[in-house]
Amino acid sequence: MAETRGELNVAIWRGAGEGRYQSYRVPLRESQTVLDVVTFVQRHLDPTLSYRFACRVGVCGSCAMTVNGRPRWTCRTHVASVAAGGRLEIGPLANLPVIKDLATDMRAFFEKWQQARGVFAPSKTRHDAIEQIRPDSAARMAADAAIECINCGVCHAACDTVRWNADYLGPAALNRAWSLVNDQRDAGNAARLRAVAASGGCHACHSHQSCQEHCPQALNPTASIAGLKRRTTVAYLKGELKG
Amino acid sequence: MNVGRYIWQRATAAIMLPLVLLHVAVIFYATRQGMTAADILARTRGSIVWASVYGAFVVAAAVHVSIGVRNVLTEWSPLKDRGAGVLANAFGLVLLALGLRAVAAVVL
Repeated sequence: MAETRGELNVAIWRGAGEGRYQSYRVPLRESQTVLDVVTFVQRHLDPTLSYRFACRVGVCGSCAMTVNGRPRWTCRTHVASVAAGGRLEIGPLANLPVIKDLATDMRAFFEKWQQARGVFAPSKTRHDAIEQIRPDSAARMAADAAIECINCGVCHAACDTVRWNADYLGPAALNRAWSLVNDQRDAGNAARLRAVAASGGCHACHSHQSCQEHCPQALNPTASIAGLKRRTTVAYLKGELKG
Repeated sequence: MNVGRYIWQRATAAIMLPLVLLHVAVIFYATRQGMTAADILARTRGSIVWASVYGAFVVAAAVHVSIGVRNVLTEWSPLKDRGAGVLANAFGLVLLALGLRAVAAVVL
């Protein structure tokens, strides 16, 4: 275990919608992540603390929390980069119901992926030849720019429009829809464009760009949403959104 | 906002932008020339051009505002989209009536 280098003052949200921040003192260590801090509290100070994580290496998207007021992936956030003055305030992600402590109910988040038709709709069967897609084609490059989402919910928590408008699909679901709109193997674009062109879809976005500011994968959902706005506008003017 | 309202809002903004610039230019011209109300009315009364310019502006503004107010109400009030739409459309109709009345007063 790494050498102890002092102490952190950590305030962690305890409770569900009703609750309060509780203070803990946690040993400060070299290369310590915020997830390490939460894990230390749960294993050594208070085993009733609830939180969510899985991979610990920035792949699974499970461990996002609000750290000193900003949504972050805690497994890849070093304490040294965020704990000014040795203080950390760790809460659950915003814009989602809290189940307990740091664990949020992500159902609404993933239901919006379904509403945005963020599911691949195959156009071929296993008996057909594999589609050849040029890596340098415009559609593939647009899909590439949006495809590395890990479903962590950071953009959803950072979005003002999600907070204001309960019907808004949110940046993650719309970003996913945009990656599929650009997938030439996909056959679901008619229904997908109708879904994202409806009330609460891409046109509700105010382009505040909090999603791209906070995305731990450095994606730009605002650009994806702008792409959807253009694509749905053209489809609407061509009369392709009826049905 | 859905795609239809999005297009209407952008289209009406595109209509209003040059008309606002024209309106500002008219204000500068009228004040710098020292025109009286009678001078201005002499130019606007019976003018199809000024009736069209300001009539188009009033219609575009009423449509644009009703869509924008609907969005504001949806996001900032407890109203759902439908209720917000009824209120915002009513507000747009009031603006339309007031605006067209003002246009009629200077061109008829």
